[in-house]
Amino acid sequence: MKAHLKAGITALSLITATAFAADIRIDGFPDYDTQINAIKDGLSQHNVTMLKNNHGDHHNKLKTNLATGTGAGDVVLIDVGFVGSFVNAGGFVDLTKFYKDMAGDYASYAVAAGKGNDGAQYAVPVDLGPGVMYYRRDYMEDMGFDLDEVMTDWDTYIDYGRKLKEKGILLIGDAGALANAYYRFNTKEGEGLYFDADGKSLVTSERFVRAFEIAKEVRDGGMDGQISEWTEDWYSGFRDGKFATQMSGAWLLGHLKNWIAPDTAGLWGVSNLPAGTYGSWGGSYLAIPKQAKNPEASWDLIEYMISEDIQLAGFKNIAAFPAHTGTYNDASFEEPIEFLRGQKARMLFAEIVDNVAPVTPMKGDLIAEDLINQALEKVLNDGEDIKKALNDVEKQLKRRVR
Amino acid sequence: MNSETVISQAPVSAPAQKAEQRNHFKEKFTPYGFLMPYFIIYGVFGIFPVFFMIYLSFHLWNPVEGLGSMEFVGLENYVLGLTDPTLWQTMWNTLVMAILSGVPQHLFALPLAYFLVMLGSRARHWLTTAYFLPYITSTVAVSMIFYVMYSKDSGIFNAVLLYLSEAPLTAWILSGIKESLPLGWVQENSLIRYSVSFVVWWKYVGFNTVIYTAGLATISQDLYEAAKIDGANNWQRFRHVSLPLLQPFIFFGVTLTIIGNMNLFDEPFVLTVGGQFAQTNGKTISNYLYQVAWQWLDMGSAAAISWILFVVIGIFTAIYFYLFGRKGLGGE
Repeated sequence: MKAHLKAGITALSLITATAFAADIRIDGFPDYDTQINAIKDGLSQHNVTMLKNNHGDHHNKLKTNLATGTGAGDVVLIDVGFVGSFVNAGGFVDLTKFYKDMAGDYASYAVAAGKGNDGAQYAVPVDLGPGVMYYRRDYMEDMGFDLDEVMTDWDTYIDYGRKLKEKGILLIGDAGALANAYYRFNTKEGEGLYFDADGKSLVTSERFVRAFEIAKEVRDGGMDGQISEWTEDWYSGFRDGKFATQMSGAWLLGHLKNWIAPDTAGLWGVSNLPAGTYGSWGGSYLAIPKQAKNPEASWDLIEYMISEDIQLAGFKNIAAFPAHTGTYNDASFEEPIEFLRGQKARMLFAEIVDNVAPVTPMKGDLIAEDLINQALEKVLNDGEDIKKALNDVEKQLKRRVR
Repeated sequence: MNSETVISQAPVSAPAQKAEQRNHFKEKFTPYGFLMPYFIIYGVFGIFPVFFMIYLSFHLWNPVEGLGSMEFVGLENYVLGLTDPTLWQTMWNTLVMAILSGVPQHLFALPLAYFLVMLGSRARHWLTTAYFLPYITSTVAVSMIFYVMYSKDSGIFNAVLLYLSEAPLTAWILSGIKESLPLGWVQENSLIRYSVSFVVWWKYVGFNTVIYTAGLATISQDLYEAAKIDGANNWQRFRHVSLPLLQPFIFFGVTLTIIGNMNLFDEPFVLTVGGQFAQTNGKTISNYLYQVAWQWLDMGSAAAISWILFVVIGIFTAIYFYLFGRKGLGGE
C-alpha cells in the first residue's frame, strides 16, 4: 500500500514536473557560468542553459535587447552598477508578488536597491559585495600602529599615510577611491547618491566637498600612486606591497588569494572603512525581462538561485557573497581565513551587510557618476578648486538630466 | 500542309516568346540578384542607420526603455550639444591629436617612401611589409601593448628615461625632468595627447608609406634621369621631381588622415582605460558620444553629436578640397 502510494506520488510529481517543464536561458557574466553548471541539475523540472558574455559585453547586449524588445534571456543577471538605470526602464517583470513574502530574508539595503520608483520589485539581489579595507598587517606592526587607532576617523587614517610615506610606502593605490568611498557611504536615509528625493542635485553638499578634500589631501601629500584598479600596476602593487591599504568588496579576497598576490598570504587583514563606515562594492541582481515567454518558469530559477542552500553553494563555488542573510549562521562563516592570517573575516562581512544604508537609485545617477569622476580628476590632477568643480557638475547635471 | 504548320506553330511560338522574355528578364536581373547580398547588408547596416540617426537626433530616447519610449523633442538635442562645453573640449582634443599624429605621419612617410624606392625593389618589398604590419594589427591589441609600455612603474618608456637620467653622458639633458620621473604618460592631462598621438602615428605611418611608394612607382625613370643629367642632386630630385608628381597621392593620403583622425576612438579609449584617466584632455569626440549613448543612455543626444561631428569633418574636408583640391586631383 505504502509502496503504491509512493509510486503514485512520484508519478504524479513527474507528471506535474513535465507539464510545466520549460527551457530557461539565463544571460550573465563569469563566474556565474561555473555556478549554474554546478547547480542546474538541482532544478530538474526545467532545462537551464546559460549564455555567458564578459561583464561589459553582457550589459551592452542587454541594453540592445531591451531597446529592440527581443533577444534577452528568460532570466538576466545585472550588476548593481546598472540596476539603478534598469529598474525604472519598464523592461522588466514586476516580481513583487513572488518576492514580497521572502524579501525579509535578504539584505535590506540590496532589496531596496532592486525596487523601482513606483515601489515595485523589478530585480532581486543574488550576491553582495560588502565593502572592506584590506590592510597590510606587517606595516602596521613594524611601525607600531594599532588598527583601531588608524581607522578611528579619516584624519587618523591620513596621519598613518604620512608615516608610511616617510618609509616610502603608499597609503593607497589611487586617492580617488577615498573620495568615492566617502560620498557613497555617508548618504542620509531616503536620499540618492547624487540627488535628493525630489531629484534636486546634492553634488555641492558637504558630503561631496569633504570627500574631495580627503582625496586631495592624500594626493597632495604624495600618499597615493595614481594606480588604477584592474591594471597591471595595481596587481604588482599588491604583490610587491607598494601600498598599505586598499578598499574593495569582500570578493577581492578570492582574486588576491588565487592569482593577484598569492605569495602575500598572511600579510593582509580586513577591517571597516575609517570612522566605522559601512560600505559595499558591487553585487549582482536577477531579473526577468518582459520579453521572457514563461515568467513563472523563470521565477522558478530565480527562487532556486536565491534559496539558502544554493546561496551557500555559490559562496563555496564562486565566492559570491550570499544575499540571503540566513546563510550567515552557517558554520563556514566562523572559519578562520588563512590568507588573512586566520581572521574570521566572514563575520565582519556579515556585520557590514546588516549595516549598509540603503540608497535610492535615481534617474541621472549614471551621468552624475561620470561627471563627478571627471571633476575629481580635475581637482586631483589639475589643481582645480573643489567648490568650482562641483558647481560645474551641478550646472551640467541641470542641463543633462532630462 | 501549310495550314497545318501554321496551326502547329502558333501554340509553340507563344511559349517561345515567353521563354525569350524570361531569358531576357533573367539576363537583365541576374547580376542584381548576385549583388543582392551586398545591397541588403549595406542597406541594413549602412543606409538604414544613417536615416534612423537623423530621426533619432530629434528624439529623447533611453534605449533601455524600449523603442516605444521615444519622445519628440525637436531641435533640443542639437541645442544641448552645441552649447555643451564638454563637446567643444572633446572636439578640441580630437583636433589637437589629429594634428599631432597626422602631420608627422606624412612628414615621415614621404621621405621614408623615397628612401625605400631608392633601396631597390627587393629591400623595398620586405621593408614595406614590415612598415605596413602595424596597420593591419588590431588597434586594441596595439593600444594595450602601448599601455603596458607607458606604465608608470613598470613601463619601458619610464625605465629608459630613468636610466638615461642617471647615466653620466645623458644626465644633463634630463636633469630638468628628473624630479618628476616616472611620468604618468596616460594618467596626466598634460601628456595624454602626446601619448595617444604617438600610438596613432606609429600605427598609420606604414599605411601612408605604402601609398607613397606606390605613387613613386608611377613616376617615370626618364624624369629622374633627365634631372640627373641637368645636375640635380638627390634632394633636388626629390623636391622638384617626386614631390610635385606625388600631389594626387598626398591629397588622397591627407584626406584619409583628416577623416580617420577626426573619428579617433580606440587608441584613446584603451590608453585611458575606457576614459578612467586624463579625461579632460584625452577624451575625443567619438569617445564622448559613445559615453553619452551607452553610459548615459541618451541616444538622441548622441545622434545629434554625431551629426555635429559629421558637419565639422565635412567643413574641414571642404576647406582642404578648396585649398588643394584642384592640384591634388591632378587638374589645372
